Amino acid sequence: MTEHTNPEGKERIGVYVCHCGTNIAGMVDVEDVATWAARELADRGVVIARDYKFMCSSLGQELIEQDIKEEGLTRVVVAACSPHLHEATFRKACANAGLNPYLCELVSIREQVSWVHTDKVAATEKSKAVLSGGVERVIHHEPLEPLHVPIHPATLVVGGGIAGIQAAIEVADAGYPVYLVEREPSIGGHMSQFDKTFPTLDCSACILTPKMVTAGTHPHIKLFSYSEVTNVDGYVGNFTVTIRKKARHVNEELCTGCGICQEKCPKKVIDDVYEAGLGYRKAVYTPFPQAVPKFPVIDVPNCIYFQKGTCKACEKFCPTNAIDFQQEDEYVTVQVGNIILATGFDLFDPRVVSQYGYGRLANVFTSLEFERLTNAAGPTNGEIVLRDGVTKPTSVGILHCVGSRDRNYNNYCSVICCMQSLKFAHLVHERTGATVYNFYIDMRTAYKEYDEFYQRVLEEGTLFVRGKVAEVTDAARLPQEEGKLIIQVEDTLASVQRRIPVDMVVLSAAMVPRHDAHEVAQLFGISCSSNGWFIEKHPKLDPVATMTEGIFIAGCVQGPKDIPSSVAQGAAASARVLGRIQQGEIALEPVRATVDESKCSGCRICNNLCPYNAILFHEDRMVTEINPALCQGCGTCVAACPAGAISGTCFSNEQIFAQIEGLMRVNFQHEKLAEMA
Amino acid sequence: MSEQFEPILVGFTCNWCSYRAADLAGTARVKYPPNIRLIRLMCSGRLDPAFVMKALAEGADGVLITGCHPGECHYLEQNYKALRRFLLLRRTLEQMGIEPGRIKLVWASAAEGVKLAHEINTMVEEVRAMGPLNWPKRWESNGFHATVKEQEQEVTA
Repeated sequence: MTEHTNPEGKERIGVYVCHCGTNIAGMVDVEDVATWAARELADRGVVIARDYKFMCSSLGQELIEQDIKEEGLTRVVVAACSPHLHEATFRKACANAGLNPYLCELVSIREQVSWVHTDKVAATEKSKAVLSGGVERVIHHEPLEPLHVPIHPATLVVGGGIAGIQAAIEVADAGYPVYLVEREPSIGGHMSQFDKTFPTLDCSACILTPKMVTAGTHPHIKLFSYSEVTNVDGYVGNFTVTIRKKARHVNEELCTGCGICQEKCPKKVIDDVYEAGLGYRKAVYTPFPQAVPKFPVIDVPNCIYFQKGTCKACEKFCPTNAIDFQQEDEYVTVQVGNIILATGFDLFDPRVVSQYGYGRLANVFTSLEFERLTNAAGPTNGEIVLRDGVTKPTSVGILHCVGSRDRNYNNYCSVICCMQSLKFAHLVHERTGATVYNFYIDMRTAYKEYDEFYQRVLEEGTLFVRGKVAEVTDAARLPQEEGKLIIQVEDTLASVQRRIPVDMVVLSAAMVPRHDAHEVAQLFGISCSSNGWFIEKHPKLDPVATMTEGIFIAGCVQGPKDIPSSVAQGAAASARVLGRIQQGEIALEPVRATVDESKCSGCRICNNLCPYNAILFHEDRMVTEINPALCQGCGTCVAACPAGAISGTCFSNEQIFAQIEGLMRVNFQHEKLAEMA
Repeated sequence: MSEQFEPILVGFTCNWCSYRAADLAGTARVKYPPNIRLIRLMCSGRLDPAFVMKALAEGADGVLITGCHPGECHYLEQNYKALRRFLLLRRTLEQMGIEPGRIKLVWASAAEGVKLAHEINTMVEEVRAMGPLNWPKRWESNGFHATVKEQEQEVTA
């Protein structure tokens, strides 16, 4: 510890350099940084500079608090980890000691120095530079108060799959209003398409339907099915959301859900969504019998009346006159305080893996098609049969990792495919007695009772071949391969090439982000990872929040996951939302722009830069004003003002200029070069 | 330290994407050269071209500006405004005799720690090849007052 008195400067700055165990100290000479700061930055107002093992520990924080009280510090700079991690911690320590928390600056010498550099000398020098930048910057800090924003008690849940349903029910059970928006005519999501769920083999519909009904009838849940969010305005606590209710052409007030219209409708349509293309529905339909809500929709592009002008069979037979061909899309605007996104996943289209023959070879199925085949309410009433609809297979090959763990498509593991393939193997055994082969790269069954299920399937006699399948073909080389699909694979455990003839191939296709994930992310102002999954605030410690306040994510929209994890995330997201609603308000960073009217020349350059319409121009006085309630603090207008009349709190010109000066104060290499010259 | 020229770059990062990309690079221990010093802004739209001039005037050899990908701005569309300013600024600097490669605009999302590290690597090498800018010194030789601190002392790190 080195102490210096500050003869002329106004501010009394305390500098604290964290070792972070060896995380920083292993690459940066932290003691040298502290001594250097005390010596070289004394003229800038540094009166005390300490290094400490863990600044974020309670002892480290007490050190700061004590110095503020005893040394009369007016500014604090902590050189440690990223401000996104511990800024709040050190601000709180300052506040505890009576110093305005915004007079504290955290500079990152861990994420941006010790963890990314390999040269100790250079890393130490850079630490001094960024510390010096922080010291210069903090001189220009002002005492501020956080902005308090009230939280609207209503919540929007987007996506009516199991994660969204769970989230909606949890929030609604606490007594707060929920708007649940689902794109399809019914909630239920992918889970409603499955027959059995691993590893317990619970009937999917049996466990899901009660939840769907609860969500559909809950007094606090307003369900918008066959609807989409088209616009989101505002910010945490007070979002204004526009929902487009697509025209059902069925009056929900009158419809009783009797189903006569579906019976009488003469038009059969292949159901690409719910039946995965294996079954038919009518042009007026509910996707499945247990649909919530029970009201059908008319599929306009396929409806004979809409296309040819005659038919109206549904209208004729409807006992309550609920069919309404004139109905139009309706736009509903709701106010909500928080938003939970649970928009789910799409299935990877295995057509692009042309060597597996999906779309070309009739008896190659996707996992979702196979789910429908096994489903008792599915197109075959649960009979596992070939594409012809009658022949039972005597041998079935199930391919894992189709489109996942494959550098040609997606590097990530889709998490559910191993267990899903094991479930398929079990169901084939149980229902057909056929020989089942599972072709896997690695078996991943890591969760409660998952590996036990694997053992069970092993004991049932499923054959496991470790190897990535090279090709599925119908070109027979041997008599016993005639009329079969031949799976060509290298068995990597036995180190032999195998050709295995089977009747049916099931591709356990990857989970991929929704095709419109990027548009949805943009709509709600959050970001997607490079794979297209929505990014959580912290991968371990905050998996359901996003970097945008008030927007939470749950289920597969965050990454591939199974039903238990989706339910857990839905509940977790709702817990976060409920906490917010209970508090009634949220404290936000006071990062805002303000106009000094005496400097404003009325040039109006800033006027159309603001995407939030926070900038008002007063024609009478010829000056611009910024509405602090609408300003989000991006600072674009600050940067644009030619008169310097707009200033941005927390990121003022003075602060940034000072930081640049501080950063460039440490320039040893240049000095050395100058010496050499 | 090696004998070769070690440029100093100032990097301006957006709080929502590239600063988090830098954090991610750290968490993932992705390595990049220590020649860059980062400044956090709330948005690339906050970047006043004067910040770039200031950095160069203070002795930086190059400036890296980073922001969210087009269409992914946390503030809807402010990165487009950053792009506009950047293009204009680069032209201005070119007319002042500064190589256009000394300032660079890169889009990096919060997920692109590796990309950001790669861009930093590339830019450090490019600026190293260009050699020192020495703006403060050049000003002095032209009879202008440079803004470098006079009380700077030689300190051995």
